Parts: sequence; C-alpha cells; structure tokens
Amino acid sequence: MSSHVIAQTWYMTQRQLMAIIRQPVFLAISLVQPVIWLFLFGNLFKKVVELGGFGTTSYLDYLIPGIVVMSALGSSMWAGMGTLEEIERGTLNRFLTTPVSRNALMNANVVQNGISTAVQSVIIVLLGWAAGATYPGGAGGLLILLVASILLGTVFGALSNALGMLVRRRESIIGINTFLLLPLTFLSSSFMAPSQMPSWMRQIAEFNPVNWAMVAGRSALTAQPDWGLVLSRGGALLALAVVAVWLSTRTFRSYQKSV
Amino acid sequence: MSTRAPAVEARQLIKTYPGDVTALNGMDLTVGAGTVFGLLGPNGAGKSTTVKILTTLARPDSGAASVAGHDVLHHPDRVRRAIGVVAQKSGADPVATGRENLLLQGRLYGMRGAAVQRRADELLDRFDLADAGKRQVKGYSGGMQRRLDVALGLVHRPEVLFLDEPTTGLDPEARTAMWDEIARLAGDEGLTIVLTTHYLEEADRLAERIAIVDRGRIVVEGTPDELKGELRGDAVHMELRTDADRAAVTAALTGLPGVYEVLAEGRRVSVRAEDGAAAVPVLLGALDRAGAAVAAATVARPSLDDVYLRYAGRRFSEAEAADAQQIPATVAAGGTR
Repeated sequence: MSSHVIAQTWYMTQRQLMAIIRQPVFLAISLVQPVIWLFLFGNLFKKVVELGGFGTTSYLDYLIPGIVVMSALGSSMWAGMGTLEEIERGTLNRFLTTPVSRNALMNANVVQNGISTAVQSVIIVLLGWAAGATYPGGAGGLLILLVASILLGTVFGALSNALGMLVRRRESIIGINTFLLLPLTFLSSSFMAPSQMPSWMRQIAEFNPVNWAMVAGRSALTAQPDWGLVLSRGGALLALAVVAVWLSTRTFRSYQKSV
Repeated sequence: MSTRAPAVEARQLIKTYPGDVTALNGMDLTVGAGTVFGLLGPNGAGKSTTVKILTTLARPDSGAASVAGHDVLHHPDRVRRAIGVVAQKSGADPVATGRENLLLQGRLYGMRGAAVQRRADELLDRFDLADAGKRQVKGYSGGMQRRLDVALGLVHRPEVLFLDEPTTGLDPEARTAMWDEIARLAGDEGLTIVLTTHYLEEADRLAERIAIVDRGRIVVEGTPDELKGELRGDAVHMELRTDADRAAVTAALTGLPGVYEVLAEGRRVSVRAEDGAAAVPVLLGALDRAGAAVAAATVARPSLDDVYLRYAGRRFSEAEAADAQQIPATVAAGGTR
C-alpha cells in the first residue's frame, strides 16, 4: 500500500471519528447501553454461576467478555446507515470525483469501526473492573478479547456497509438488524455457560461468529487459556473478517457502476 | 483562446439505465477552453448524466469523452486531478466545519501543510464564509452551503469546473448572489466552467455558449444571441376578447408584410415580426377586419424559451412537466417552422 493511500485512509478515518464525537447523543447511547446491559444482566443472572460450568464463581467475570462482544456487534451492525446517509447526501460521489484512492475510502470504514469498537471495549472492561470484575488472563488476555471484538465488529460493520450500498433503504438495515441481534446474542455463550445450554443451542452456537469472539476472549481471560480454542476461533473470525471486507469492496464497485 | 485544445469533448455518448431509461442518446459536446458553457434543458433531459460521465462518476454504454485533454474512460485519475465538481447534492460533511471540509478536500488532492491551510482561508474569504468557516455546516443557510460547495470544487485550482444546477433550491436573493459569484469565477484566468441548469434566465445570463439538451442529446448550440438571433425579429403576443376561428385568424395575418410564423390557439395569437412595434397596428387592423377584437398585445424580444420551443418542439414548461412524469412528450411543433 503506497504512502498516499495510508495518508488518505487516515484523513477519511479522522473525518468519520470526528463525526461520531460530534454527535453526543449517539455517543452517549453507545456507551450507556453496555452499562445498562452490565447492570441488568449482571443482576438478573447473578445466581446462574451456582449451576457450574462458568469457570468462575463471579458472574460479572463471566459476563464482561460477553458484553464487550455484544456491544461490538450492536454498534457495528449499524455502519451501513452512515454509508447510506453519505450516498444520499452526495458525499460519497463528491469523494469519487476526486483522485482519492478507492481503497482509502473502504479502509477508512474498517479502521474507524475498529477504533470505535476498541474504545467501547476498553470502557466496558474498565467499568467491569470498577464494579469488581477480575481478569485472571491479565493484559495479554484483555488484548485478545479486544482483538476478537474488533474482528467481530469488522465482520458486521463490513456486511452492514455492503447491505447499505446494495439495498439503499434504511428499513432493510433496521429490519435485518433487529431480526439478527437477539438470536445472534442468545445463541451464544454471552449469558450462559455452554455446558448449561440445551445441546441443540450449543451446536448452533458453534457456528455463530459472535460466539467465536466470546469463546476466544473468555478463554484468553482465564488463568490457563486454552490456546487451541483461542487460535481456532480467532483464526475463523479473521478469515470471516477478510471475506466480509472483500464482499463490501465488491459491493462498493457495483455501487460505482450504478451511479 | 481559440488556439487551446477544447476543455471538454464528448462524442456520441449513449447511456441507458436499468428499466430501459435512455438518459443519453448520442450526446455530442465541445466546450472551448476558458469559456462558460451552459447545458440547458428540463429535468431528465440528460444534463446530469452527461456531467456524471464527464466527471468520471459514471461510464457511458458507448461513445468517448475527454476533459482537459484526458480521456475519461482510460485516464479517469488524470481527469479527476483537472476538474472541480459541484454536484446537485451538496455533499459537504454537515458535522464538520466549513474549514474542515475544505482542508480535507485539499488533502485528497495531495495538498499539505501550510499550503492547504492558506488555500482554505483564501476560499473562505472569497466566498464570504470567513466567520462561518469555524461553524459546522449543518447550521448553514442554503446559500452559504452552496457557496461552500463551489469553494470545495475550487480547492485544487482545477482547469475545468462543473456546476450541476448550482442555484436549484436557492431563494431569489441567494440565487442572484450565486450568479454574481459564478460570473466572477468566469473571469478567472483560464478556468472553463460547464454549467447545467433548467433555468433559462440562468443560462442566458451566465453562459457564453449554450447547448439545448432534449431527450438525451443536444438539439442546438450557440451563443445566447446567436440562438435568439436565429428567431428573426420580435415576438408579438395578442390576447383576443373571445375565442376566434383559428383558420380565419391565421388567414388574416399570414402574408402581412414583415410578419411570419403565425400561431393561433384559443384566445392566444402569437406572431414573429421584423419590427414588433411597427407591426402591432397592422396586426390589430387585420384582426379587427377579421372580426376578432384584441384585448391586449405585447411585444417581446425573443427569449431562450422561444429558442427551446423552436428546437425541442415544445415549450420549456411543458417539457419540464412531461419529463417529470416520465411521459414521452409528443407535443406537436405547432407551426413554429
């Protein structure tokens, strides 16, 4: 990648980050929501750890990686709305008549989404720590959780962007997101230890990328991480992220043809 | 000027959108360097599609085009460096400030450091946005936003500036201000401006040469005076007191000295006359003898609307209405030839 593509990627990323920071309502919602989840689910399911299989006696310890990944999913899956707005406003076309690298435009979406997810994840981890959660896996484990949530965010951010460029309707994005969010969340180990899940659910969860991120992050955060699990789930996430970004780049090309 | 190569050349552009909508149907265009060129036509005539192709956004199904000497299909990147584009939709980032928008735009063209800062401030000054430049664009008035759009198109000092419907949606005051701005731009050394508009007045006022676009191709091209000059003499419009027999009125007026192109419809009678003022008493007398009393008569210099009527075969307002409904207009060219 040439240096001007990197510079342009950064300018475009900066622009997107600035837009997020300047929309305080949006910012507040994306930070308050995980807090509410932590509080609600942390209290509601507090006693389930007594069932065993959670690998910890504190439900909060178990819950934090789940909330981190859920939040990465919940904020990234709306990325397409922003893209749609840029198309409707004519901003994307304005950029397309400049010599800006087309790759830089696409990269910026990925980088911005990664940075936003990272910041959100760190805040949740800190909030959890303040509430008394412990992270036996230490800094290394937290880093792996962070990478897993960024990869998951990349998958859903890229897919959402592709959807936005393809269907060009807000309603479609809203419909698909609301349809997917709860099943993706509950068909995973976010709230319940896999050993306590009905076996058919456990089987489905094996194919759920949201679960991959949770399994990898959660395992890395234990005192004795199962590195096989971390690498296989992390690797699968990485592969999926590459495919999703490739797909959204393809969609971007087809958008350019449809102008 | 005439020694320079044309700023824009398009040959036989054809573009069809899904659903068999023919946007361009053999568009030919030559724009001389350093001129202001107006593409005039109703909505849906193909102006915006032409601009999209010339600015590398869209690709034609067939045909060729070059801008600033670069082929739009083979060297889009060279074209992009040479052009500035002010599209119909603003495209400015609403949560960024005017200045930030300009800085980013400059950086996309490779401008860096103090040079891009200086250029942004220079443009904010020039477009009377020095104070507004620090504020987010979402608080701008329509006129301010449009001025910023033009500034964005000029950041990198392009050779050719495309203005797609620059005053659509502006109130009359902001429109006049924008016209002054564009007229000033035209004085810039060497800048070629390609302007699309569906306002006759705008094209007449700003463009040195005008091409009238209708149904995806150019029907006539020339300076506003040439186009109007081809319609010899003045238009005389008369309003009758009562509906008159069309044939009788036409017969009464046809063949009068210095009078031609008689068009009678209901109470409205229009003719062309070598000298409108001198023709009025003659026309009134002739109509009187034919038993048609005249309520009012006006003499008008030919307008671009008349030009449009003549070459597109329909009135401009009819074309707007028809194209807006996507109905192919089949209005007969009622006696204009």
